[in-house]
Amino acid sequence: MSFINYASREINCKIVYYGPGLCGKTTNLQYVYQKTAPEAKGKMISLATETERTLFFDFLPLALGEIRGFKTRFHLYTVPGQVFYDASRKLILKGVDGVVFVADSQEERLDANIESLENLKDNLEEQGYQLEKLPFVIQYNKRDLPNVSSVDELRNLLNADAVPEFEACATSGDGVFETLKAVAKLILIDLKKGGG
Amino acid sequence: MFGHQSSFVMYDEELQRINAVIEKLLRESNGKVIFLVDKNGQLIAATGETEHLDTTSLASLTAGNIAATGGLAKLIGEKEFSILFHEGEKDNIHLSIVAGRVILVVIFDQRSSLGLVRLRVKKASDELGTIFQDLSKKTEERQKGGAGESPFAEITDDDIDNLFN
Repeated sequence: MSFINYASREINCKIVYYGPGLCGKTTNLQYVYQKTAPEAKGKMISLATETERTLFFDFLPLALGEIRGFKTRFHLYTVPGQVFYDASRKLILKGVDGVVFVADSQEERLDANIESLENLKDNLEEQGYQLEKLPFVIQYNKRDLPNVSSVDELRNLLNADAVPEFEACATSGDGVFETLKAVAKLILIDLKKGGG
Repeated sequence: MFGHQSSFVMYDEELQRINAVIEKLLRESNGKVIFLVDKNGQLIAATGETEHLDTTSLASLTAGNIAATGGLAKLIGEKEFSILFHEGEKDNIHLSIVAGRVILVVIFDQRSSLGLVRLRVKKASDELGTIFQDLSKKTEERQKGGAGESPFAEITDDDIDNLFN
């Protein structure tokens, strides 16, 4: 649910990065943080365990610039990917305007990707959302690793609705901004239609 | 306004009324900082000694805090915990849910007390509740009348592309 503030002429939107544990959601945000000009970003917050696994969420506020006199701000969140943090994941999805599903391309994570995508659908439905109606993009991450499934295979299993999809390597930054731009664009198009 | 698939909208008039209420609360409660956050973590208004505070982060963490506590409440069969209090060595944070929709945050030190803050927050909450009710009605009316059309209704693909250049 976007927040349109006529008083300060701002529009705020929430993007959530979802995906199985260790798929690279936090790494996506860290790369965006590193490569964004200081004036366009706020502090990045990570609520993580001592071993740097996300415990609750990561948060990164970004200011993209103005559209028609309105400052556009995007709040980027990640969910904790580990299966047993499901209660926390549900909370992060509240008020979401757009979702990025980060898939781990490694063959051995195929089942984890499918399980996480199903979990995303279930948790959205619990909040009254439908994934098909939300701005949604998929990122096939870790393309640089040797043991990856083909994009065709990932697409067949994860992208039945043919939403925008991107190959990425979040550690080097390949595909990270392409993914973010695509979901931000879908959100703005949604707002244009008056849906957001 | 707070339903799914619709935006939360704030107008000048209501923001001024909100600011008047929280400024009064700041004086009457002897607080340091007061801010108002929606349950999704968006900052609505802030007053007091905010210049050294990262209000965006505070807003997001506040919402996370309320959400997590709300989750706990449900697990034990409560609807929500409407008041949270965090006590520090110098500064304390008092969080309360207003009208079931927004979070009122009061940061205070030894110049005030928990009792005083609770008392003043209660009164301010009622006033804020009325404002948010009015805001809700106004948004609905404007949307029905077409006057509240999204400011983004007229944007072009070029406008969107330009944001990323």
